[in-house]
Amino acid sequence: MAVRVAEEWFSICAGCEVAILDIGEPLLDILPKLEFVHMPVLMDHKLFGQTGEGKKAEIPEADVGIITGGIRNEENRELALEMRAKSKILIGLGTCACFGGIPSLANQFPLEALYEKVYRGSKSTESAPTPSAGIPPLTDRVYALNEVVKVDLRIPGCPPTPEMIASALNSLLEGTEFKLSEKSVCDECPTIREKKAVSNLKRPLESIEFDPAKPLNTVRCLLEQGFLCQGPATRGGCGGSGATPRCIRAYMPCRGCFGPLKDTANPMVDMMGALSSIGLDVKQIPDRAAQFNRYCGAGRLKPLPGGR
Amino acid sequence: MGKTLTIQPVTRIEGHAKIVIDLDDSGNVSDTKVSVIELRGFEKFCLGKPVEEMPRITTSICGVCPMSHHLASAKANDAVFGVTPTSTGRKLRELCNAIAYMEEHILHFYFLAGADFILGPNAEYPVRNVIGIVGAAPEIAKKVVKVRHMCARMLEVIGGKSIHMTAAVPGGFSRPLREEERAELLKQAEEALELAKFTIAFAKENIFPKYLDVVKTLAAINTGFLGTVTADGSLDLYDGKLRMMSADGSYEDFAYDQYTDYISEHVEPWSYLKFPYMKKAGGFSMDLDNPVGVYRANSLARINVCDKIGTPLAQAELEEFRLSFGRPAQLTLLYHWARLIELLYNAELTVQLLNDPEITGTDIRKKVEPRAARGVGCVEAPRGTLIHDYETDENGLITNVNLIVGTTHNNAPINMSVKHAAKTLIKDGKYDQGILNTVEMTVRAHDPCYSCATHNFDGKIPVNIKIYDSKKNLIDELSS
Repeated sequence: MAVRVAEEWFSICAGCEVAILDIGEPLLDILPKLEFVHMPVLMDHKLFGQTGEGKKAEIPEADVGIITGGIRNEENRELALEMRAKSKILIGLGTCACFGGIPSLANQFPLEALYEKVYRGSKSTESAPTPSAGIPPLTDRVYALNEVVKVDLRIPGCPPTPEMIASALNSLLEGTEFKLSEKSVCDECPTIREKKAVSNLKRPLESIEFDPAKPLNTVRCLLEQGFLCQGPATRGGCGGSGATPRCIRAYMPCRGCFGPLKDTANPMVDMMGALSSIGLDVKQIPDRAAQFNRYCGAGRLKPLPGGR
Repeated sequence: MGKTLTIQPVTRIEGHAKIVIDLDDSGNVSDTKVSVIELRGFEKFCLGKPVEEMPRITTSICGVCPMSHHLASAKANDAVFGVTPTSTGRKLRELCNAIAYMEEHILHFYFLAGADFILGPNAEYPVRNVIGIVGAAPEIAKKVVKVRHMCARMLEVIGGKSIHMTAAVPGGFSRPLREEERAELLKQAEEALELAKFTIAFAKENIFPKYLDVVKTLAAINTGFLGTVTADGSLDLYDGKLRMMSADGSYEDFAYDQYTDYISEHVEPWSYLKFPYMKKAGGFSMDLDNPVGVYRANSLARINVCDKIGTPLAQAELEEFRLSFGRPAQLTLLYHWARLIELLYNAELTVQLLNDPEITGTDIRKKVEPRAARGVGCVEAPRGTLIHDYETDENGLITNVNLIVGTTHNNAPINMSVKHAAKTLIKDGKYDQGILNTVEMTVRAHDPCYSCATHNFDGKIPVNIKIYDSKKNLIDELSS
């Protein structure tokens, strides 16, 4: 019997859904074992009935529920509860569902300041009252999924790797346990570390030092070259099993898209430790709270003093 | 008794929207609205960020076209820093753009919209999707899944990450392309070109003729068009000048940083998404018989505004298209046809760029210095003209951001298309899921991405509590 799957997306960019497609041809082997009963991006099941006459949003019973995105409005909250009620196993897929993601950077600002900017402070917009007719009201801030409902499995990543998604789906189909990497990005990074910075902190306005003809394991650690890299405080696995982290492959420093190493971790404290241990001054970094919590603002970022 | 139908969510598009159809006492359509029910707030929460971080923050506006945001943002950075990228840096960005376009156009045609055509708009909803296509046409499906995935992997080779790439930087690109990589990518590009050729031939033979009658009547609206062309009027998706064409075919060209002279955004109380319109029209109306200021973006718009296309196979397709439908072509479902011409163009362009000896150059970026400036960067995102407008202080920190994204340009025309289709198809209270899906098809034709469009913020009427002390001095203010 096929496993019944329901999928919903909340405050999203749809990158996680594209990452599911990026499983590629192996997806064609997995698909016949799955029966999608609800998935707005790919199929036409409607919340208010197929002819739109229903009064309450309904999602069919499913063996597995998958949710991407954080909770940003009351409709997201209601659908999260409905998905939880109808799914035997609920998966939070991607960093937004797990930690709030980039949209949770908004948690640094009071709502009214955001409305003012968008509807009354934009150079190309005719000023107008904030729209409110027949559209769902907003939650006070962006919430991670597990702040609202119980989540059975969380798969981080912006986006998660297709390998991780395929492996999680196969684990569910085979009834085996799915485990995330417990390594950090640095544990999987091939660059050379000597526990000492060779430069003061620099913004990435110039290239890191590397020889294009030589492999990455001849390049000095980006952080030790003075470029802020959040590998020390970030969960590994982004490069696929055991492979080089994705941004490092492009000679770009990590920004933390797989989220913190542990739920209880404070990435700001971890990064301050990592920086000072190699002799770098954390005070040189602008916009620190947002920089260190770029992908995990749900519960970690609060409105700034003065409401900027 | 009148009643209201709520089609929610609009499916097989990116992001969140609902269609509300009001029926009067006799069961005819009195009004329709396409309401966009999400928003996020990038223009606010990017304030204070170092401008060079923007190309890797704004990608999260959209995971379907992250490349477009990445490149528009990198170009706005070039402008803010006052730097022209190195020639190789620019070509690597263009190569990424062309490959990302192929991946997205394949995704839309086969995975999102295709089911309506390959299986029919009235097919039962559980099979009217890509999985249904896998069942109905397994060989095509296999090929399509393979090539789309291959495009994603090509981007990983070039820039580390296909979704939310980080390699486009102020002044160029962060990673050079190696010769052995180029050779492998070229083989893959040739395979993608074959699929592009197959797709347009297949659609012209098996799909478009079957739906030509529908194409001619469904959601027929007359609007202007916005797109990007090079100095000599050729189609360009990465760089050029903007061209605003009126419904009569006359047009004006303008530079990126002049967009506020040509485009204004209107707000309706029932949608978080704004309604851009041609400023020079002097007003805005979505009246079906007499629209004012309404223009469209995305594939059909680009195919209409360009004078020619710089690659031979796509140019031949453009000539054939124009012969059949004129310039500007107005029929909404022609978006699909125009999209396949662009698929072909991007496949040809990818091969061309990979044959360019400069593509493996190692002079990939220039060093930049922070300064106070304004920079506007535009690209043609698959879903329409994308505008990133940044202002910075002397430390290169963001002080102002304005974004207009592809789908937003199409907000008014999508609403008009839906109204036209609903009024035509729903009569005397008669409708079924097939008819309602056909109404939705007019939305799908525009390939909207409401994730992109709702970068702003979703809101409710805010609750604002002011706390005063006994002397009526404001001591605190709490907002929901």
